[in-house]
Amino acid sequence: MKITCKDVANVALLSRLEFSESELETFTGQMDAILEYADVLNKLNVDNVQPTAHVLPLKNVMRADEAKPSLSRELALSNAPEQEDGYFKVPKIMEG
Amino acid sequence: MELFKHTASQLHEKLVAKEISAVELTKAVLGRVDAVDKDVQAYITRTSETALAQAQAVDSKIQRGEKVSVLAGIPGALKDNICTKGIKTTCASKILATFVPPYDATVAEKLAAEDAVILGKANMDEFAMGGSTENSGFFPTHNPWNLETVPGGSSGGSAAAVAAGEAIWALGSDTGGSIRQPAAYCGVVGLKPTYGRVSRYGLVAYASSLDQIGPITRDVTDSAHVMNIISGYDAKDSTSINTGVPDYTKSLVNNIKGLKIGLPKEYFVAGMDAEVERAINKAIEQLVALGAEYKEISMPHTEYALSAYYMIAPAEASSNLARYDGVSFGHRVEGNDIIDMYKKTRSEAFGAEVKRRIMLGTYALSSGYYDAYYLKALKVRTLVKQDFDKAFEQVDVLITPTAPTTAFKLGEKTNDPLAMYLQDVCTIPVNLSGVPAISIPCGFAAGMPIGMQIIGKPLGEETIIRAAYTFEQNNDYHKGFATLGEV
Repeated sequence: MKITCKDVANVALLSRLEFSESELETFTGQMDAILEYADVLNKLNVDNVQPTAHVLPLKNVMRADEAKPSLSRELALSNAPEQEDGYFKVPKIMEG
Repeated sequence: MELFKHTASQLHEKLVAKEISAVELTKAVLGRVDAVDKDVQAYITRTSETALAQAQAVDSKIQRGEKVSVLAGIPGALKDNICTKGIKTTCASKILATFVPPYDATVAEKLAAEDAVILGKANMDEFAMGGSTENSGFFPTHNPWNLETVPGGSSGGSAAAVAAGEAIWALGSDTGGSIRQPAAYCGVVGLKPTYGRVSRYGLVAYASSLDQIGPITRDVTDSAHVMNIISGYDAKDSTSINTGVPDYTKSLVNNIKGLKIGLPKEYFVAGMDAEVERAINKAIEQLVALGAEYKEISMPHTEYALSAYYMIAPAEASSNLARYDGVSFGHRVEGNDIIDMYKKTRSEAFGAEVKRRIMLGTYALSSGYYDAYYLKALKVRTLVKQDFDKAFEQVDVLITPTAPTTAFKLGEKTNDPLAMYLQDVCTIPVNLSGVPAISIPCGFAAGMPIGMQIIGKPLGEETIIRAAYTFEQNNDYHKGFATLGEV
């Protein structure tokens, strides 16, 4: 096994997802099969190969730091599940 | 012939000659949607009223004697991951089921500027993750050539709509084959442009270094027309290429004398349908008879591309999809505290494949595994790209099957994610390398369409369009029309 139920539970925590025990087992089996398949990558020696994160030779594309027209507050909030006084509203984050 | 069976360029001629009106045409296609979409299920959202208003405006322009563009008044569909201002854009996900974008994607703006008529938003695999449209959070789409088979994916709704006469043209998006594979399965033409050729502004992100928007059409001519409209630099997409856009219709030339074709032997994988292989070999023979030169070449890292992709794309997805947290838009499930709200929201509203890729990506990026999986995959990506660079030192285009088989039955691969991933084996290297490719119909196996993929150099769309057009003009595969189960 490349990955155990415990690993998958930890990844779920990092991913902000929760699963039932049976879902966790199914996912572990499927992820294990995919990681097993990905093992083919280890057949290659890539010690002297540069990584390609992006195909275009672009780096740090900047624009002038000028204010331009943007979404109104009303439109920006138009899809919010909950809002109050022009702000997104979330459950309490800190105690007290 | 019914109006909905024509191509955009044919219908444009009829509109400007005043043989038909845009309203008449739009009603004809809407009527077709009414008649067949209960079986095909290509659309998530229909925009019939605004479509008729758009058509009416085009008729007024034509009446006033104004010149109109080739897509003016021609009804089409947009994949539901392309943002449309004021029109629901769901990504086929329950998490965005009620999301109404406050802005238009750049491609939607460009189409509106040309007076294209939009009939609605097409079904897809949730967040474009999948190859069959069965991962839609709402319902699966059916292949118009055989309703028991899948239309491919993830742009399955777009391809099925065009094949069924429910749209004359459509836009899809392609991260690992999501335009080309459904185009192949549905017997239509799908073009994935060079990465950066078409603005991604307003395309809901899946894997940002791979995603690209492109046309799905009935023939190569329409593909060139749509490319003319949607291509070009956009300051709102920092990865868009700042270089001029040629007139792609100038490449609609029935002549490939001297064109050098490469046939990469590694693409003819184990498990490939013999009929598919035969159709591609026959097509190559025909292209050679038409004056092309052909040689077999080797792209030795092809077998690693799929594994690299299924580390890179989920890694990017796990980051891109972190924004769905129930705070600023989309679905929310209340929880005991904010972390609990995040977890409940995401667990309830994401489908299984999306969760699988978020988990896989999070794992590949997590401490202790980053070097072994993600970084290694990025290095392999370099090798895959170098295969293409070397191939294009020898040849002008590469020809491969678009997919190893024709459309498979609904439900056949849903329990085996890896089997589903293997359908992408011929299309994924193209996304990893950023090069353009087109899928065109090149035959049938047991009544189901076969797709041929023509791959070009970076910004080599003109060459692949010319090769595709020449093949198309010397065959009539594109003239068949899906039967929708009718005898």
